[in-house]
Amino acid sequence: MIRLFLAGLAFVLSCMIASAQTATLQPVLQEHGALIAKSSRKTIAPAIDAIATSGVPQAQVFLEQWAGKNIWMRKSDGVFFIGEKVGAKTYALTDIDGDAGFDGVSKSDLKQLKPNSGVRAMIQTALVQFQLSDPDPLKRQDALTSIARDPEAGLLAPLRASIEGETDDILLTQKQRLERLLSIGYDPDTAERVAAIKDMSGDLGVDVRAAVNPLLRTTREVTGTELPQDRNIASILTPGSESLTETAAYELLVAKDLAPPLTTPDTLRAALAANIDQGRVGGIPVAQLDSDEKRGAAYAALAQAGLVSPLVTEADIKTALSKHIFFDAYNEPSSDVTDTAKEALKTIEAKVAANQVLDLTLDALSLASIYFLAAIGLAITFGVMGVINMAHGEFIMMGAYTGYVVQQIILDNTVSIIVAIPLAFAVTFAAGVAMERLVIRWLYSRPLETLLATFGISIALQQLAKNIFGTQARPLTAPGWLDGAWVINDVVSISYIRIAIFVLAFVFLAIFLFIMKRTRLGLETRAVTQNPRMAASMGINPGRVNMLTFGLGSGIAGVAGVAIGLFAKVTSELGNDYIVQSFMTVVVGGVGNIWGTLAGAAMIGFLQKGIEWFNPSNTLAAQTFMIVFIIIFIQFRPRGIIALKGRAAGD
Amino acid sequence: MSTLLEVSGVSVSFDGFRAINNLSFRIGVAEMRAVIGPNGAGKTTFMDVVTGKTRPDEGHVLWGEKSQSLLKMSEAKIAQAGVGRKFQKPTVFEDQTVEENLLMALKKPRGWFAVLAYRPSEHDLEHVVELAKEIGLSNALTRKSGELSHGQKQWLEIGMLLAQEPRLLLVDEPAAGMTPAEREQTTAILVEAAKTRAVVVVEHDMEFVRRLNCKVTVLHEGAVLAEGSLDHVTSNQDVIDVYLGR
Amino acid sequence: MQRSFIARNPSVLLFLALLALFTLVVTVLSEGFGVGVISTSFVKTLGKTLCLCLVAVAMDLVWGFTGILSLGHFAFFGIGGYMIGMWLMYERTRLIVVQSLSQAEIPPTPTEVVDAIGNQIFGVVGSSEFPWIWGFADSLFLQLILVVLVPGLLALVFGWLAFRSRVAGVYLSILTQAMTLALALYLFQNDSGLRGNNGLSGLQNLPNVSAPQSVVSLWFFWGSAFALAIGYLLAAWLVSGKFGSVIRGIRDNEARVRFLGYSVEIYKLMIFTLTAMIAGIAGALYYPQAGIINPAEIAPIASIYLAVWVAIGGRGRLYGAVIGAAFVSLLSTWFTGGQAPDIQLGFYTIKWVDWWLVLLGLSFVGVTLFAPKGMGGLVDLWTARRTPNRHGADLGPDAGSLREAEAKQ
Repeated sequence: MIRLFLAGLAFVLSCMIASAQTATLQPVLQEHGALIAKSSRKTIAPAIDAIATSGVPQAQVFLEQWAGKNIWMRKSDGVFFIGEKVGAKTYALTDIDGDAGFDGVSKSDLKQLKPNSGVRAMIQTALVQFQLSDPDPLKRQDALTSIARDPEAGLLAPLRASIEGETDDILLTQKQRLERLLSIGYDPDTAERVAAIKDMSGDLGVDVRAAVNPLLRTTREVTGTELPQDRNIASILTPGSESLTETAAYELLVAKDLAPPLTTPDTLRAALAANIDQGRVGGIPVAQLDSDEKRGAAYAALAQAGLVSPLVTEADIKTALSKHIFFDAYNEPSSDVTDTAKEALKTIEAKVAANQVLDLTLDALSLASIYFLAAIGLAITFGVMGVINMAHGEFIMMGAYTGYVVQQIILDNTVSIIVAIPLAFAVTFAAGVAMERLVIRWLYSRPLETLLATFGISIALQQLAKNIFGTQARPLTAPGWLDGAWVINDVVSISYIRIAIFVLAFVFLAIFLFIMKRTRLGLETRAVTQNPRMAASMGINPGRVNMLTFGLGSGIAGVAGVAIGLFAKVTSELGNDYIVQSFMTVVVGGVGNIWGTLAGAAMIGFLQKGIEWFNPSNTLAAQTFMIVFIIIFIQFRPRGIIALKGRAAGD
Repeated sequence: MSTLLEVSGVSVSFDGFRAINNLSFRIGVAEMRAVIGPNGAGKTTFMDVVTGKTRPDEGHVLWGEKSQSLLKMSEAKIAQAGVGRKFQKPTVFEDQTVEENLLMALKKPRGWFAVLAYRPSEHDLEHVVELAKEIGLSNALTRKSGELSHGQKQWLEIGMLLAQEPRLLLVDEPAAGMTPAEREQTTAILVEAAKTRAVVVVEHDMEFVRRLNCKVTVLHEGAVLAEGSLDHVTSNQDVIDVYLGR
Repeated sequence: MQRSFIARNPSVLLFLALLALFTLVVTVLSEGFGVGVISTSFVKTLGKTLCLCLVAVAMDLVWGFTGILSLGHFAFFGIGGYMIGMWLMYERTRLIVVQSLSQAEIPPTPTEVVDAIGNQIFGVVGSSEFPWIWGFADSLFLQLILVVLVPGLLALVFGWLAFRSRVAGVYLSILTQAMTLALALYLFQNDSGLRGNNGLSGLQNLPNVSAPQSVVSLWFFWGSAFALAIGYLLAAWLVSGKFGSVIRGIRDNEARVRFLGYSVEIYKLMIFTLTAMIAGIAGALYYPQAGIINPAEIAPIASIYLAVWVAIGGRGRLYGAVIGAAFVSLLSTWFTGGQAPDIQLGFYTIKWVDWWLVLLGLSFVGVTLFAPKGMGGLVDLWTARRTPNRHGADLGPDAGSLREAEAKQ
């Protein structure tokens, strides 16, 4: 702390020596007394500058108190004090320069300075340079944030000065980085700016791009014959090219008053209407003016008569364009700077693109794991048992609502999620078993009827949920430790919830594989799938196996519901949003194979993100294209990515 | 005798399992042939290949005088070319009457427009009655075929095959589940049919095969093990080992 | 054995007679031409119901007779509506625009008129340009052709792709559902050219017609009844002859039909396309009565409801489809319209607006489980038809084949 303080002091002292000012602030204040007392945004700037550059240590305190509306002016002599309320109408005054203060001064003798928000912002900026060297690291951090948000030329010098004394490593790095960024924009020395740009050219930060991009801003200009020598020209444009159409070029000429404006259809019509003479315009009856040719003829007649300015013809436009040179000029005068900036931006963009691909891959993986989670239950019921369960989406919804209800009872988010997952499994497992016993087992080998019957259950469950929970979305809050995101750099980041879902998907894959390959139930399920009669004759109860398998699939849907509810709104239509995608996942992947489901989920996830990347503004179009793609995909692999072959596939 | 169907060097495998292994087979224009073999010998797969249901991995299937390849044709086109097939389980359209079943099978244009415009002529109806008599279903023309007994369904299916007027008949276990009297009639129908066309009968029942009194081909593990008269093949030691001996 | 079509299908004549009687009764009781017992809005509801019956007949052809459970026929229905809606909206807007521009001092050019119409129609989605799909919107004749052509072509292309690769059963159902979803999502976009989720509106106002809605509603009612009659006759004719034998054969045992030498794919494609066209016509008659069409109408759930109607009515028989569609949709209107009385249970009041869907869903499960013949089965009680004994087996091995209980006729 002492070192910090000394460092700060050293900086202040250096400032003092540099500006060679008095050690008291009051004279400075009195010099600008009128302005300070008025505290108007328009006029206050010189006063704040004077205080900030006075080099007096008390300046910081004064500015802080000023911004905090704690500065009072004694009406009798205009001296400023820091005031503190002690009685009903009395204030204790502290002298700004540390001299003796006064107690119990009546409010009527004082005037409070009330800087408005605009002035306070200016004070804050002025304060930044003090805060940069403040002994409190938090204040220094605030100062850096404020500079980064609102960079200004005047902040460069104090920032540089503060680097030397910085003891905190993290802050030091930040300061150095910020110094480079400010140098790009505000260093008076061109070479220094070029160096700064080069230093930052590999950086992915949004702030770097924000600093470099303005350097390359151009203004479109036009000149008579010769290019001006004093401008930093970006490119010369030919009218009629892609970057500058003839229309745009001519409009530019018109805007610069270098050519007469075109007659638009509207102005033409207005001109005609203004010159109706006894039901005729330019000798043509008004009723006939319903075609462009007639109107042109009428207008030409008017122009002949000198009533309107003549039409600008194609030829006029061509001549006007040929007489001028169009160019884009950088607002930044130094070509060294713009060249380096261009170069740097190219490097950055290439790097950003690579990282965006990485980010997209993470996004796609997370989407794929969501689809996998939503589809895995379906893969069991549809793939293993050949039963289409249209109510699968509603089981997901039931799981999500179970999570919501648990959160109403158990307030701790972590505990409630831990309780909700097995509970959701239990609830949907029971629902699945009930459905299998009551409906589906009567419809085995009738897949289309199963589809419709389960659809009936689906609409009933959906409406039931609506009746119980209402139509508005219910929140399912994730525990605190899942908030936030894993930020790799400014481009690549992934939220912890998504990572958790990714992990959950793998856990379920493992559980599924374990059950199918290592347990009695899995063995029996596989047996019943392949040959129910044979399995039955070997003492396996197919009814029981089907019931348990269906329950398992439904239970997993419930758990998926809890996971999905954590990032999506829980509504009665939650299941609807996932059911078609889930079916697609199973069908595309190949029925009856968990690896197929995994591959299907990956394909759909990557496909959707890929299409969204090409057209990020339109997720509806992305979904449309994805479905069309899947329909075409099915043409070529009707049995999915991983297909069973031969007799096992059946017919 | 000229060859109607020639299957040469055909192999089919499912997931590495070779259901048919380099099988060659040939049958004449008007010939009866029985195909026998233990379970899994590839009899049904062989019929699948000929009718276009299964595409072989290699080999040729040539048809008719022009030696047309059947491998590139769809099932419907193969059937139109003159290959009729009877499944192991009787498969008739149970929701429709015997008459409707037979009318559908009659050799007529198969395009949707022709079918839409089709109205049965007197001649067609007579032909149907004739066929019904031949398969012993004269009294059942207006009954739904779902009501028929198992044996009657088998006959109806054979009747439908005959209505198709195929040049080659593939019959899968026609006598399964029939009473002795029904078997006898089935034999008679098949023998009659073989006078004008090629008939391939896949059968397990030796008695039934003996009654057909024709050349026999024995399949084993997807390949032809022996061929000749029933007496000839039953005395073959290989055949006894793999099939009869068990 | 040679008998006339009507003689072989007496139920067709009965159906047509009942439909004619119904049309007459509604006309006599209507506000437009009769004593005014039935309100105009109810005439519209009845007219819309007839259109739903027509699309249900199409659905029965494709599902009940051919065994293809299409979950996309309501999409074709919607497309038909959109096609006619484009002309209605264009023409009506054109009349308004011409009216307002005629006030101007200088008469408008054709381009100005079209631009003004574009502004009126697409202002709501922030555009004013006519998309290319509106290329024929100024011609009633061409749009009427598109009513059948667009659904037909879409069905043809989709069906060709699907049937060619032997996609069948539930796979096909899911694929058709995906197609419907893709179409609905596409139409939801503002730049789809069909006004995004605003849809087309004001379709009940016929351009150049000064007759009141009470009369117009009857015109549409008659049109719908006529279309249903023609559609029913066509469907009955299709399923009665050898063609009917073949498609029912496809439903029950596709492989057998194939080995008989029929190209199953072509037949399926033909039925799929034809029914899509019928659905398009039904939609073109429905939406002018509804007055508005938007992409929500095409959502996959609508097509599933269509299957529900046919199943409840009894698939595989045409009158079943009509009964199912009429019964369920009218009942649905009654319940969701708030007209059904609430049931007081003391501790809870059952509001039918909230509980109707639950009831529908559960009764649908019940019908599938216990009465696969649907409401059409009641007719059998009356006519006491024969029952083939199939020892509990279905009529065929295929997913779409009739169940034994269904065929008990």
